[in-house]
Amino acid sequence: MLKHNLPSTLAVVFLLLIWQFVCIIGLVPAYMLPSPVDVVWAFVSEWPLLWDHAMITLQEAFIGLFFGVCIGFVAAILMDRFDLLYKAFYPLLIITQTIPSVAIAPLLVLWFGYEMTPKIILIVISTFFPITVGLLEGLRSADRDAIALLRSMGATQWQIYRYIKLPSALPQFFSGLRIAAAYSVVGAVISEWLGGFGGLGVYMTRVKKAFAFDKMFAVIFLISAISLLLMALVELAERKCMPYRNLDKKN
Amino acid sequence: MRMKKLEVNHISKCFDGKPILQDISITLNQGELVSLLGVSGGGKTTLFNIIAGLLPPDEGNVILNGKDITNQPGQISYMMQKDLLLPYRTIEDNAALPLLLKGVNKRDARTQVSLLFAQFGLEGTQKKYPAQLSGGMRQRAALLRTYLFSQDVALLDEPFSALDTLTKRSIHQWYLDVMEKIQLTTLFITHDIDEAILLSDRIYLLSGNPGRIAAEIVIQEPKPRRDDFSLTPEFLEYKRKILSLL
Repeated sequence: MLKHNLPSTLAVVFLLLIWQFVCIIGLVPAYMLPSPVDVVWAFVSEWPLLWDHAMITLQEAFIGLFFGVCIGFVAAILMDRFDLLYKAFYPLLIITQTIPSVAIAPLLVLWFGYEMTPKIILIVISTFFPITVGLLEGLRSADRDAIALLRSMGATQWQIYRYIKLPSALPQFFSGLRIAAAYSVVGAVISEWLGGFGGLGVYMTRVKKAFAFDKMFAVIFLISAISLLLMALVELAERKCMPYRNLDKKN
Repeated sequence: MRMKKLEVNHISKCFDGKPILQDISITLNQGELVSLLGVSGGGKTTLFNIIAGLLPPDEGNVILNGKDITNQPGQISYMMQKDLLLPYRTIEDNAALPLLLKGVNKRDARTQVSLLFAQFGLEGTQKKYPAQLSGGMRQRAALLRTYLFSQDVALLDEPFSALDTLTKRSIHQWYLDVMEKIQLTTLFITHDIDEAILLSDRIYLLSGNPGRIAAEIVIQEPKPRRDDFSLTPEFLEYKRKILSLL
């Protein structure tokens, strides 16, 4: 694990050192580019405030992700089961993803106000897609022979989903979930940025207006860290759900 | 005269107007092992899909224990060419699958399955995943699953064709021993003449394009057999006869 991550860790440390060096020799004025040490300092001093905002953002992200996963799951199963639905809605599904979320967010704010609802809707819109597409691909690529075998044993449609289709779609589902988890945080921040009372996005707009670049960088790192943490959680769940992967082949 | 288990009567099937099977009739008696021997692509798997009820025949019917089961899946055990063990289930849960499909609860299914692991030479593999087993062991597990679905009649589609020669030899002996114990009535597809003679009570020779029954050969050698039967002059005589008919 450590050996595997060593090159990337070294690369990050190296970049941080260069950054610090650039700031120390005064190549860029301090108010435009704070040094890494300044950022860490801002992070520590702002921690209580950052924590409160982060909790709001996380709450939105979780609720949005939850509904996004549920909707994505149902949509994928329906489209797999009924070919007509697939033909009717798959192109539409793709189109929804070509609309930039920064364009929808203000509309959602107009329709649903500054509270949590528009934010959650935006997150749902941006997270259900990777779930639907991933799961649908997985369901459709299930082994035809295995399905025939189950049919020869008199299995019902539900049993075919239960024993073949859903388990064999798990890897694709989790790839989708990992992307959706990252999208959920970004989606929350964007919608807060465009209108709201709390959350890391709101915090960002405030520090931007104050030209507090050190705090800006601190919040950027925090958002990255939260996204990474969520993705790591998904990976953990993935490993728990699929113990048969990464088996050492022993007889 | 032994009881008739399975009768396949005058089955014909076309795909896109091209005849694949023509007037195929087969009978299978209680406890018998009967082989369908023929070249690959001769429609043998199509015939099995019809017998298993996965595919409707154009003509003919399938009778199991005196009952017409044409086009009704879920009556006969079917083991396909690939072992089709589900990679995400342990061996015991793979074997238990037919029981679970019938509505047996998980604990009872596992108990029933575990009683047979020793008989099938699968001790110690219960908690392993298919990827951790050798090809031969996987076929054993697949056969156990097939047997657990129905102890009545089984269709085996080239179950050992993917194995290397040495593994195949040992699995043939294993198979003869297991069959001696469980007395499963079996219809067996193969393109391996030696395998057909070694294992079968009777052999149907299937000619290709379209698939027809060209001949029926009874192997008189009594059971239980040892795999050194394949080194005897009688064995060679059967082989000569089959080669002359193919």
